[in-house]
Amino acid sequence: MDSALIPEGVKRCPTWQFLLWIGAAGAVLLWGVFAMLLVYIKGLNQTNMNNAYGFALWIWADLAVIALGGGAFFTGFLRYLIGIDKLKNIINFAVLIGFICYSSALLILAFDVGQPLRAWFIFWHANVHSMLTEVAFCLTCYFFVLCIEYIPLVLENRQISKVPFFHNLSHNMHEIMAIFAATGAFLSFFHQGSLGGVPGVMFARPFGFREGILVWPWTFFLFTWSAAACGPCFTIFVTKLTEKIVRKKLVKDDVIELLAKISGWMLTGYIVAKIIDTWYWAAVTAPAKGFSLMDFYTNNPGSAYGIWILVTEIVLCGVLPALILITNKGRQNQITLWTAVILAVLGVCLNRWVMILQVLSAPVLPFENWFPYFPSWQEIATTVMPLAYGVIMISISYRYLPIFPQEQELNPIAAPSSQALKAEPEAAELQAPPEEAPGAELDPAKA
Amino acid sequence: MKHEKAKKFGMVIDLDKCTGCGSCMVACMAENNVPFREDDTDKMLSVFWLHVYTLTNGKSFPNYEECYLPRPCMQCEGHHGHSPCVSVCPATATDYDMNTGIVSQIYTRCFGCRYCMGACPYHVRQNNWWDPLWPDGMEKSLNPNVSVRMRGIVEKCSFCFHRYQLALDQAYMENRRELEEHEYQTACTQACPAGAITFGDLNNPAHAVHQIAKPDIRHGGKPGNPKAFRLLERLGTNPKVYYISSREWVRRAGDNYLMNEGKVRRS
Amino acid sequence: MFPFSFEWVWDMGHMVFHGGLWYALSIIGLGVTYCIIKAAVETAKNKDGHQH
Repeated sequence: MDSALIPEGVKRCPTWQFLLWIGAAGAVLLWGVFAMLLVYIKGLNQTNMNNAYGFALWIWADLAVIALGGGAFFTGFLRYLIGIDKLKNIINFAVLIGFICYSSALLILAFDVGQPLRAWFIFWHANVHSMLTEVAFCLTCYFFVLCIEYIPLVLENRQISKVPFFHNLSHNMHEIMAIFAATGAFLSFFHQGSLGGVPGVMFARPFGFREGILVWPWTFFLFTWSAAACGPCFTIFVTKLTEKIVRKKLVKDDVIELLAKISGWMLTGYIVAKIIDTWYWAAVTAPAKGFSLMDFYTNNPGSAYGIWILVTEIVLCGVLPALILITNKGRQNQITLWTAVILAVLGVCLNRWVMILQVLSAPVLPFENWFPYFPSWQEIATTVMPLAYGVIMISISYRYLPIFPQEQELNPIAAPSSQALKAEPEAAELQAPPEEAPGAELDPAKA
Repeated sequence: MKHEKAKKFGMVIDLDKCTGCGSCMVACMAENNVPFREDDTDKMLSVFWLHVYTLTNGKSFPNYEECYLPRPCMQCEGHHGHSPCVSVCPATATDYDMNTGIVSQIYTRCFGCRYCMGACPYHVRQNNWWDPLWPDGMEKSLNPNVSVRMRGIVEKCSFCFHRYQLALDQAYMENRRELEEHEYQTACTQACPAGAITFGDLNNPAHAVHQIAKPDIRHGGKPGNPKAFRLLERLGTNPKVYYISSREWVRRAGDNYLMNEGKVRRS
Repeated sequence: MFPFSFEWVWDMGHMVFHGGLWYALSIIGLGVTYCIIKAAVETAKNKDGHQH
């Protein structure tokens, strides 16, 4: 039915299967949209945020999804600026993931503020000394860059490309993509960093505060570094998940392994820096304010914030995946590769959770206690919404756009006839549940 | 006004006198049009600019002691006007005034990002999670000098800044530029039946707050009075609310210490 | 956001922040404009378009 839109030389599942799949994801999306409208109309009392928790699930989701979308800027940096040509086979997908992540982040921010109609004040009445100002500007600008990087892909759709202007436009944009990638890398460095600066500059919150250099706390650099390290892991994870769902190899192993190796070494560097930073904070910074390390990890309800969380973040989700990814064997073995990328993704999500939620939960006044928090259903629905949106975006993009340059080579078909374009058992798409099952519980809010 | 010394309005709260009656909280709510809900039991969602805490010494009978601690906005100065909440606001909706020492909150500018709420360690900032609703007829008792805030906006104690403006207006009309100590007083100060709260200009040696707290300007406003302390002194927020207590455990309860740490900071 | 905003001050913070911001925005804007104009010119000139 829609075969004219499908790229040449590849097979896709029948339209009805595709529509069923989109419909299922769409239902989840609608649930989220309903919750979002409730929040817009009734206000932030729809959440379980309170005066102790000014930032909660959404801000965590924002930070997590931006960190995970860091694969776009870092892969772009490696491909266009460092010139690692092999990555051209995965950069399109990385850009798509980045586009989904950043549009989700902006969407969430729009309803997270108390007065959405005044959201433009952050631009118009900008306080240049605030980390959040920096975040808002760079996020928005980088989203423009991602649009610019994604648009050529859309223009390469078989039918759209037939229009000469669009064809030429796509070609020209590709030609100077390095300039956009460089700008994107510059912007990303700063907004990833500024998100780290958000807790880092709060000198009256000893759990979040860090010393730093000039106006930048160390968390600024740690956040950028972790996004550059774990973003590609997320790209690898989603690529392999997509391959599982569509039951096709889409990217050659050597490309994945190269990206995994680079990611592994970035992760190694990051985790060393993180360990040093954590030690210094626990030994010097926090004690100067009257807090020992264990003050931040004891006496909280249900031990939700026990020392296990620090060990998990650094050792299980930092050191372990780094060790796996820097070894050939670790990268080539599918089980260890999957484990490593999932742990790295979890690690960066956990880091963002700790730096926002634990900061706010931990009491500072000595006569106050830990503040407990659990998100409301509206918060959960709106956080799952970008996950559904991502599924839909990836599905549509995969179906109609030449996202994977190596797909044809890896999946040769005799001749692009109408029979070949009908379903083989691409019923894999129907069998997988709407939320990509292996990912869902491990990647609770890809949004 | 150019050549006059900058003022630093601050408060001294005598915890030996505070009975925990809550009159200050009520007066503040009435004076500043602070909204409330029909069911206000969840205090984490309530708006209360002044909050009275109950502190205990953690011992059991017969050594149990408690103390009531009213906590308005600390109007932190930080280092040279860098209050923890001011520098983080992305829309410049809050500002530290070097002339009065008061941290303002511009309700029409705030778009409710709540970063300032996270930055404040004292939880003095609250968000309007709902639109304010006044019972029928009560809107007539609202203070016309204080704007009402809407949903999504963060608010906090302003040291009754509108009273400062009114007092200045009065002085101007009388051809004066300086205010007497009694001309600008906050609602909570005046409401306290025990006289536990004293308010005035910390920079003015003639004012009671200066004489009681003896702030050391060269060392971040640290109190010279051995009975005086400030909450979370070690964080470097340089707050303007000083507490007096003759009880050692109360003074210690105002800050965090490491195990086995005395009053002197451990190296 | 602009020099005529009331809170604008010509201090280091403003110069660094807005310098970087407008520089990045200019590059993006100029780059996109270049692509669009070049594509329009090429389309007008050459009906075949480029093969690649």
